[in-house]
Parts: sequence; structure tokens; C-alpha cells
Amino acid sequence: MRDEPQTAAAMKSTHSPGVGWMGVRRGHKARPLEWIVEKLILLTALSAILMILLIFFFVTREAWPVFTGNVNSAAAVEQMTMEEMQKLSPAQLQKYLELSDEEFRGMDQETIKLLMEVKLEAMAEAKAHSENPDAKINTASWRYLLQPYQWQGYEKPEHIWQPVGNIHKYNIIPLLIGSLKVSFIALAASVPMALAAAIYISQLAPGRVREVVKPMIELMAGIPSVVLGFFALIVMAGFLQKIFGYPTRLNALLAGLALSLAVIPIIFSIAEDALTSVPRSYTQGALALGASKWQAAWQIVLPAALPGVFAAVVLGFGRAIGETMIVLMTSTASVMSWSIFESARPITATIAAEMAETVFGGHHYRVLFMLGALLFAFTFLLNLIGDLIIHRLKGRLEGKA
Amino acid sequence: MSNEGAIRGTRRDIASFFFTGLTGLCTAIITLILLIIVGNIVYHGWGRFTLGFLTRGTEHGMFDLDKAGIFPMIFGTAARVLVMTMFVVPIGVITAIYMTEYAHRSSRLVRLLRGAINNLAGVPSIVFGLFGVGFFINFVGGQMDLALNAKGSEPIWGKPAIIWASLTLAVMTLPVVIVATEEALKAIPAGLREASLALGATKLETIIKIVFPQALPGILTGGILAISRATGEVAPILFTGAAYYMASLPKSLSDQFMDLGYHVYILSTQAQNVDETRPLLYATVLALLALTFALNIVAIFVRARMRAQMRALH
Repeated sequence: MRDEPQTAAAMKSTHSPGVGWMGVRRGHKARPLEWIVEKLILLTALSAILMILLIFFFVTREAWPVFTGNVNSAAAVEQMTMEEMQKLSPAQLQKYLELSDEEFRGMDQETIKLLMEVKLEAMAEAKAHSENPDAKINTASWRYLLQPYQWQGYEKPEHIWQPVGNIHKYNIIPLLIGSLKVSFIALAASVPMALAAAIYISQLAPGRVREVVKPMIELMAGIPSVVLGFFALIVMAGFLQKIFGYPTRLNALLAGLALSLAVIPIIFSIAEDALTSVPRSYTQGALALGASKWQAAWQIVLPAALPGVFAAVVLGFGRAIGETMIVLMTSTASVMSWSIFESARPITATIAAEMAETVFGGHHYRVLFMLGALLFAFTFLLNLIGDLIIHRLKGRLEGKA
Repeated sequence: MSNEGAIRGTRRDIASFFFTGLTGLCTAIITLILLIIVGNIVYHGWGRFTLGFLTRGTEHGMFDLDKAGIFPMIFGTAARVLVMTMFVVPIGVITAIYMTEYAHRSSRLVRLLRGAINNLAGVPSIVFGLFGVGFFINFVGGQMDLALNAKGSEPIWGKPAIIWASLTLAVMTLPVVIVATEEALKAIPAGLREASLALGATKLETIIKIVFPQALPGILTGGILAISRATGEVAPILFTGAAYYMASLPKSLSDQFMDLGYHVYILSTQAQNVDETRPLLYATVLALLALTFALNIVAIFVRARMRAQMRALH
């Protein structure tokens, strides 16, 4: 690794005189095959960047109508008769039938006619429910996504996520709280344990212990999350309920603790890596001055690696908030509550549980994609911060070493 | 003075002893948790973990204690992982070769690539699932149907299928392959490359004949780790290909499939009577865990040997 810069520099310098148009160098002109292969390799390498851009583009694309307020989830829409529908322009008709461009283009007159009839029936059915004033509300607009509202039959304005029945209630606040609540419990349980283990393994443990335990924790990272979810559901749920005696079997505490099983190996490996990358001379200097091994670890190595340890926590948080199967299997209802003994329904679990029931291109589908886009943006930010810190730390320690 | 020093020394020793013990205890607890999880699954799953269970299908009921098997799930999981490997390994290896062999180490492009790879590794798995729906199924599959099929016919590609689940997983595991290959490439002494170049080999020849064979164990590790990660993932395939039940094995890449991890999810949450089907559930979990652990252990072993060899070379 340390030899690399000089080699790369040396190779560069041998080529640099002949650099020409688009990187075609004199040497390469004589070997067109090499030049072509090099460009193909470059193109393939760019696919990683392309993938990130594609994820961003296609998840946001499906969610875009929600961001711009172009989704209408109101159960009661102004009704049109068949004649009125036939007078609409193709664009208006497409919007009224709630079809995407591709779908609309792919359909022939027959199919569209059929869809118009289906719509007519659906409208007639919706009319029966339109006595409820809430039916006229577009619940997928930002006002109802974020702010509490007093629905029919409720005593006070509330944040409610309830995308079933006639009026789909899409308030995302309970889901955000669910995600944060579960992640914080997971972090509270895993950060102290994982960091202590990282300090022990990287600084204090005898060589043989390190050789056994480190691969074991690596192995723990390899446990599929569906297996951890299963373990939480079948074993931990009953055990925890016996200890704490709470009424809700599947609650935020269970989900958080189960999640910590997935987060511990992540935080451990990143923190252990940061602590190990502190030059050996730091410890040796401290030990030579009469410090104990623990003092050297706590007062010298840990402060030097602190940014890396912080990054480990940030990346662990990213993993916790993005983990799906564990929270899907240990959560039930979305409840607006910060209590750890109440059920929590994180964003990821909601997407996983409800996506299959949605109508393609419908408002529920779009709102779930919007949640996915938010999740992507948030974890992207966390990863960026974490990597930036680690990059700086590595640079600093290598510079000092 | 000396007395005070001695006291400070004793206090220092006590503190050191205490904290070393405390951190050691935390390490022990983590290890213990791992052992409890694995032990619990092996203990309860072992009884039903028979050859018959592994080779039977689900034609006599998914939840039937004596007649249900998991062969279709093993088959589906193997199929999707195999297809994924065919995509992710070449792309990942070539990307790593570009980053270590061609690009200047601190160039802006490499920094951008590294950022993209790190971020790709941190994208939540459910977001990959959404991406699979938005990009592979709706966009790529939808366009393929428009181009290949008669208008108005049933979609063949624009629906969940093995190929889309595999491609979604390939995008997800790309960073695993890249990072492992990169590590292997960086561990190769520069002298080997220089000697090859000095003997008149071109860069491409050096990479193919000298660098690549040396990096093979590392590439293998990356591939195995990617497979192991993908084997246990459920969230990305929930809407891109996994089926609750299928009467027959998938026959083409455009078919859906039954999946081992998804089956664990179904058995744990959808069974009528979880207590009754619990032995079945445990055996299925044991199969999944054994598969991923075996892959992981092989990867750890290959990597350890590779590192030892590299240290000998330097």
C-alpha cells in the first residue's frame, strides 16, 4: 500500500511528455488495443458512480409527484360521466385515469375505454362514502403528511399513519419517531459494548484472544438480518417480556435490542480499525514513560482515534436506521409515542410491509417511494459525514507516523 | 514522596485492572451473545435438519411439519445468487483494477469513485428494493416488454423476476467485491509490476499475466463475501422477485422464485400457529445460517492465507 504512490507517480512520469487529445498518448497510438481496453475499463469503473445516480434518480422519480404535490389521494373526486370523459384531451384523460406516461402510451383504445368504465364504477362507489367530509381531503399533500389533523371520529388533532380503508391517512411523523426511537435504543445498547470491545481487542487483549474473537465478531456481522429478526421474535420477545412484564410483546425495546445485534459488529469493526491505525509508537512512547497498558489505550490511543470512533457511531446509526428485516419482524402498529414499551413502526418496516399491497403508480405507492427517497438522502448524508471523518483521520495519522 | 508515588502506582494498577476487566467483559458478552444465537438455532434446528427436509418440496403444504421441505427455496436462492455473481464479479474486479492500476491514486475521479462505493455500501437494503422496482422492473422491464411483446399482452419482463432480484443484489454487493479486490491488488509488491514492465510487457499484459493471478485469492474472497451477504438478504428481493409460494421451480430468468430468507420471514410471521411450526422454522433458519456461515468462514480462511502469503512476499 505504501509503495503505491511512488509507482503510480513513476508510471505517470514516463508517459507524461506525450499526453495529447483525450488522453491518447503517443505510446498508446502504437497499441490501439491497449487504448481501447483502458477506456473500457474506465467506463466499467464509472458504473459505481452511475449506480448511485440511478438509485437517486429512479427512487426520486417514482416519488416526485408527492414532492411537487401532484398526487391526489382524495377519496371523493368530482365525478365525470362517460360523455364528459370522452371530451377530455389525452393528457387530461391520462391524469384523470391516474396513468403514467408509459402505461398510457402502451394502451390501445379498447383498454382505455375499459379503464374509463372501471373508473366510472369506482367513482360511483366512492360517492357512497363522500358524506364524510374527510373524503375530499388530499391526504398525500404536505400539510397532511406532516401536520396533525382532527379526523372524523377523533377527539383532537393527531398524527396518524393509517393507509387503509377509504381515507388513507399518510402522516409520516409517527414513522420518523418510530425509526429514531428504535435506532436510539439500538445505539444506546451497542455503542458502549462495541467500543469497549474494540478498545480491548485492539489494545489490551493477548494475541491469542484477538485471533479468536475478531473473526467471531466478523462472523456475527455475517448473520442475515432475517435470522436476527427471527431470533428476536421467537426467543428474545418472550424473554424480555418476562423480565420487564410489559403488556405489548412486540415493542420498541425489543426491536432496538434486536437491532443492536446487527449494529454491534459494524461499530466494533470500524472503531477497531481506527484504533489499530494509530501508530504503534504512540503506545510504545506512553509505556516507556511508565503508563500502564490501559492508560496508554485510554489517554493516548483513544483520543488520537476519536474521530474514527465517532465515525463508527455515525455509520452504526446509518445501519440502524436503514435496517429492515429485524424491525419488520418485531414491529406491529405505528403508534405516535416516544415510550420504549410501546410498539414502533420504523420507515423501513413500513415500506417493506405495505409496498406489496399498493397499486402501481397510486398514491400509497408514491408516498412509500417518498419515504424511501427520504431514507436514502438521510443515510447518504450520514455515510458522507462518516467517510469524511475517517478519511481525515487516516490522513492525519499517516502524516504524523 | 516515594510513598505517594507507590499509592499512585497502586491506584493506577487497580484502575488498569478494573478497566481491562470491564472491556474484556464487554467483549466476552458480545461473544457470548453470538454463541447463544448460534447455539439456540443449532440446538432446536438440528432434529429436523435431515436430508429429506433439504431435498423435499412444498407440494404437500408449506407448514406441514412432516412433509414440508425447503428444496425450492435453496434452489431459488442459489439461482438468484449465481446470476448476481455473473454480473457483480466482473464489474467489481474491473472497477478495482481501474482504481489501483490505471487511475492516479489521488485523482478527483478516484476520490469520487471511492465516495460512490462507500455510499453504495451504506444504502439501506430496502432502498435497493425500491430501486429494483423503479429502475429494473418498471423502467428496464417495462421498456423490454414494449419492445419485445405484442401490445396489450401480459408483461413478461415488467414484473418481479429472478433476473431483477439478481441485478438489484448485484448493485448492492458491488462495493464488497471492489473493496476485497482492491485490497488484494494493493498487497501485490510494486516490484512485480515493475519487473514485468521492464521486461517489455505492456501494461495490459502485466495486469492480465502478473497482477491478476496474484490477486485471484483476494478476488475469490470478494466473490464469496458478496455471495454470503446476498444469500441472507431479504429486503431487496421482497418486491423484485421473491414469491410466497410457487407450485414448480422457476424455469426462466423471468420467473419468480421461492427464497430461503424470505421463507424464514414467512414461517416466522405468517404461519397460522407459530408454536406448531416452530421446529420447521428452526430447521429452515439453521439451513440459512449454515450456508452463510460456511461461506463466511471460507472467506475469512482464504483471506488469512492470502495475507500471510503477501507478508512473506514483501
